[in-house]
Amino acid sequence: MQNVTYHREALNQSGIDMLSMCKSQLQKSNESFVNHDSDLAEEVIRNETRINALDLKIEKDCEKFIALYTPVAIDLRFVIALLKINSELERIADHAYGISKYVVDIDNKISPHLLTATQFDVMFDTIMLMMDIITEAYENKDVKVARKVFKKDKILDKININSFTVLEEEIKKDNSITAEALILLSVVKKMERVGDLIKNIAEEIIFYIDAEVLKHQNKK
Amino acid sequence: METTIEQTLPMDNIVDKSLKKTHTIEVNDAKVWYDDFMAIKGIDMVIKPNTITSFIGPSGCGKSTFLRLFNRMNDYVDGFKMEGKIKVNGRNIYKDKVHVEELRKEIGMVFQKPNPFPKSIYENVAYGLKIQGIKDKNLINDRVEKALKQADLWEDVKDNLKKSALTLSGGQQQRLCIARTLAVEPSIILMDEPTSALDPISTSKIEDLIFELKEKYTIIIVTHNMQQASRISDYTAFFYLGNLIEFDKTKNIFTNPQKKQTENYITGRFG
Repeated sequence: MQNVTYHREALNQSGIDMLSMCKSQLQKSNESFVNHDSDLAEEVIRNETRINALDLKIEKDCEKFIALYTPVAIDLRFVIALLKINSELERIADHAYGISKYVVDIDNKISPHLLTATQFDVMFDTIMLMMDIITEAYENKDVKVARKVFKKDKILDKININSFTVLEEEIKKDNSITAEALILLSVVKKMERVGDLIKNIAEEIIFYIDAEVLKHQNKK
Repeated sequence: METTIEQTLPMDNIVDKSLKKTHTIEVNDAKVWYDDFMAIKGIDMVIKPNTITSFIGPSGCGKSTFLRLFNRMNDYVDGFKMEGKIKVNGRNIYKDKVHVEELRKEIGMVFQKPNPFPKSIYENVAYGLKIQGIKDKNLINDRVEKALKQADLWEDVKDNLKKSALTLSGGQQQRLCIARTLAVEPSIILMDEPTSALDPISTSKIEDLIFELKEKYTIIIVTHNMQQASRISDYTAFFYLGNLIEFDKTKNIFTNPQKKQTENYITGRFG
């Protein structure tokens, strides 16, 4: 294998590792939130340092790749895309960390009634599906698969908007749930933001493979 | 037959500057053979004035042969045969009545290795003017100074013009060769790997110089250095096995080439 190909492959593998670690963090943070499993939440919090270390490693390796191999064309687009994907993944992991912190800090489980009312399970499933989609698109360099994410993100946006009204109504019915509802709303907002970050990753995958810039464009 | 503006109007008389933006070099279906070997397999290309165009491609792809068509340098190669049309400023340069010496006044050339004559710095730059028959010493002095200034060498050598050109460093010698080319006031400069024998600092100086010269000249450069092509040229042409695979704006070639062969070559995955 040529030197440049070898190093690019190593970078690609780091990207796959980061995707996989962040997916696992999201999965665990949401499970810990729904089940109020503070042990699992603690695990997510501890893993955050591993995510940060991999984030720094990828940044450093990309820098080295640019400096030593002066990539052009698809190699250049790949390294630029990976830098951005890495940064978005790190932020996704930050949200997973934030959700887990809530679990550790609050005493009680969020009421299943509220979770159902806000369609939290749909949101969680959609996010995990979106993570699967971008992982597949990234690994197989498949633009068609990456594009599937944009439609899914709309589901998250809708749930996010509805959650405010749903929780407002629930608080009006019983104001003792205010704190619990506010935490849930905050987590829903985090999940909606995770959806946006996954969408950004899909845009970067498309840019890397097809040289098509979708950023700040409404038509996707 | 397509009529270009240069055929009907001399460039210098054109008042409307937008009209000047016409083709400097126009190649139609150029084919070259060296005996039975077909080195160029039918290439079309238009090179715009005041641009820098890089020719890239693996060794033996035909890029230097193609470059040397523009000043008829291949004419002296045994077994050379050419078909097709090459127009420089509207004139077909492969017509019998074309005077090759006149053509080379219009199209200067800088080679891979600096090749100053074993003469003084002054004589090197004045050489082209003298063989053109110019005898006016003041005119020659002015042109030598102007050319050395354009080549960013004047400050280095102005007090030692009588010194042998062979005492200069490699980078200075190459700038002297560029000055020698500029002294005869061509409109097009061909450069065949002009920095391949130079260290990075000299290379950087030559690259800066090439960039400055673009304002007044059309420059075509053959290079094996991908970064150099991407740094200095406006257009890049990728050649392979005597074919022009892709010719586009340099930023397109180096960010999103349209042909897989181009991508494989510039990313170092050729073969």
